[in-house]
Amino acid sequence: MRAPTSLVTEPSLSRWRLPFAGLGVWTGGAILVLVLLTAIFAPLIAPHSPYDQSLANRLVKPVFMGGNWDHILGTDHLGRDVLSRLIYGSRMSLAVGFGTIMISAALGIGLGLTAGFRGGRTDAFVVFLLTVRLSLPIMLAAIALVGLFGNSLWLMMLILAFFLWDQFLVVSRALAMRLKNAEFVLAARAAGFSELHIMFREVLPNMLGPLVIVATLEMAHAIMLESALSFLGLGIRPPAASWGLMIAEAKDFVYFEAWMVNIPGFAIFVLVAGITLFGEGLRTVFENSSDQR
Amino acid sequence: MKSFLIRRALMAVMVLLTISFISFIMLKVSGDLAISLAGENAGADYVEFLRKTYGWDRPLYIQYADWLWNALHGNLGASFYYGKQVMELVAERMPVTMKLGALATGLSITAAIPLGMAAGIRPGSFVDRAVLLIALLGGATPIFWTSFLLILMLGLNLRWLPITGGADLQHLLMPALALSFYAMPAIIRIVRSGMIDVMASDYIRTAKAKGLRPLEIYFRHALRNTLVPVVAVASVQFGFLLGGSVVVENIFAINGIGYLTWEAINQNDYPVVQASVLTVSTAYVVLTLFADIVNRAIDPRIRLE
Repeated sequence: MRAPTSLVTEPSLSRWRLPFAGLGVWTGGAILVLVLLTAIFAPLIAPHSPYDQSLANRLVKPVFMGGNWDHILGTDHLGRDVLSRLIYGSRMSLAVGFGTIMISAALGIGLGLTAGFRGGRTDAFVVFLLTVRLSLPIMLAAIALVGLFGNSLWLMMLILAFFLWDQFLVVSRALAMRLKNAEFVLAARAAGFSELHIMFREVLPNMLGPLVIVATLEMAHAIMLESALSFLGLGIRPPAASWGLMIAEAKDFVYFEAWMVNIPGFAIFVLVAGITLFGEGLRTVFENSSDQR
Repeated sequence: MKSFLIRRALMAVMVLLTISFISFIMLKVSGDLAISLAGENAGADYVEFLRKTYGWDRPLYIQYADWLWNALHGNLGASFYYGKQVMELVAERMPVTMKLGALATGLSITAAIPLGMAAGIRPGSFVDRAVLLIALLGGATPIFWTSFLLILMLGLNLRWLPITGGADLQHLLMPALALSFYAMPAIIRIVRSGMIDVMASDYIRTAKAKGLRPLEIYFRHALRNTLVPVVAVASVQFGFLLGGSVVVENIFAINGIGYLTWEAINQNDYPVVQASVLTVSTAYVVLTLFADIVNRAIDPRIRLE
């Protein structure tokens, strides 16, 4: 839903924005690294197994609500340790986030570079594909496809990637059109390099900045969609841990044990906000530095 | 203008055709319709009979043409689960989602325009940063969590609003609030950057030099020009909310198109799924067409290359 026009530099950026953006990059980056480390070292950090059930220890409150230190964030309706499930759930969010943007970036950038370079009919066709994609309602179509093809991790990443390549295309196409007649491209062409070489080895490295920004924002998007799919019971299957699934499992208890919903909800919020801060901050820094050139 | 209209409408038709083809393929992939219709215990000859009767033994492209012809006449087959005509179901449920989407879009515009304006008047100021923070919160809070927070606050603690069921204004307000919080950032950003552009323009400088009061400048001179892109973004957001309300309809037990689709997926009732995807996409295509035409009518600067 992000407007591609926002990549256009905003005039009259005051001096205030840059430190703020820098702060965003650092805060967001720190959150992302922290969650990344949590996901990688999940087995070492998690105090309990995320799957072990204990009927004697059901619905223990978190420690700040009068629970005990053995289960810092309490236990769920099956007696599983919430903190451990939260830690393992970060793997799901990040795997889907990174996996999805890898696929969607390849798809979107491939199409965008080709369209921008070739122009003419190829371009018109790619723009048509883009229009079709933008006209499909993401949520509805994604749950329909997950319902059809199943919900393994790989399928979920493929399905989400199928819906999240549009911004990669818009940005890479616009940049390719601008760079197609740049001097270094003409030089490479005169030197006899193939069109493919020019596209991927000469032009692509020159658009990495804006593309990394798109990638972060789309990653946030993918994580959000994964959690919504899991919430609807169409994501990863239980007993696997996913933050959206944790909320879905806790929703029957929301009136009595609101913390069960709030803890994973907050986790999703922090990760998505962190990634967005990182991406938006990068954009501001990037625009300012390209202003000064 | 005329050639623009024709080209734009032609594009919309092409897009719709492609989407209809995707929907058709989705229905075909979902499984053997004859078996679904006959039931699990039916004999092979009965399944064969159904396949013949419905023409499912013919080549795919003829089936598609046939399906398209029927679809254009509002006939998308019968639901396996509800035993009703699919279009009848969609026609029952769509208005609820439309109401919800319209309410949510209205709420998010009402909140986003003043916020975006306030932010754009002095970019980098404290107000601007506060608004950007609100936009960040809106974009990063998952809709289902917002919904639960609203239920806990407005429903349980303050007891202002009913929690579930129903499709009147009172019942739709909380889900609409949850949706609008998520839809708001896009509109805030567009108003904000529009405002930044306008405030730097010559005619605003003239207005300032004339000694007009700031409020008069913001509302009578600047606002008008920032509203142009809002029309487009708002109608696109509305279309997005039509499809994106699945989660909210689920939580608040609203019998809209999202809930219908979700139920149908769980029942493996793909004629319904196909119809709702098709309907929402059509609404979306029409909305973007509308946005383009309105934009073009309002702003003579917008020209298709």
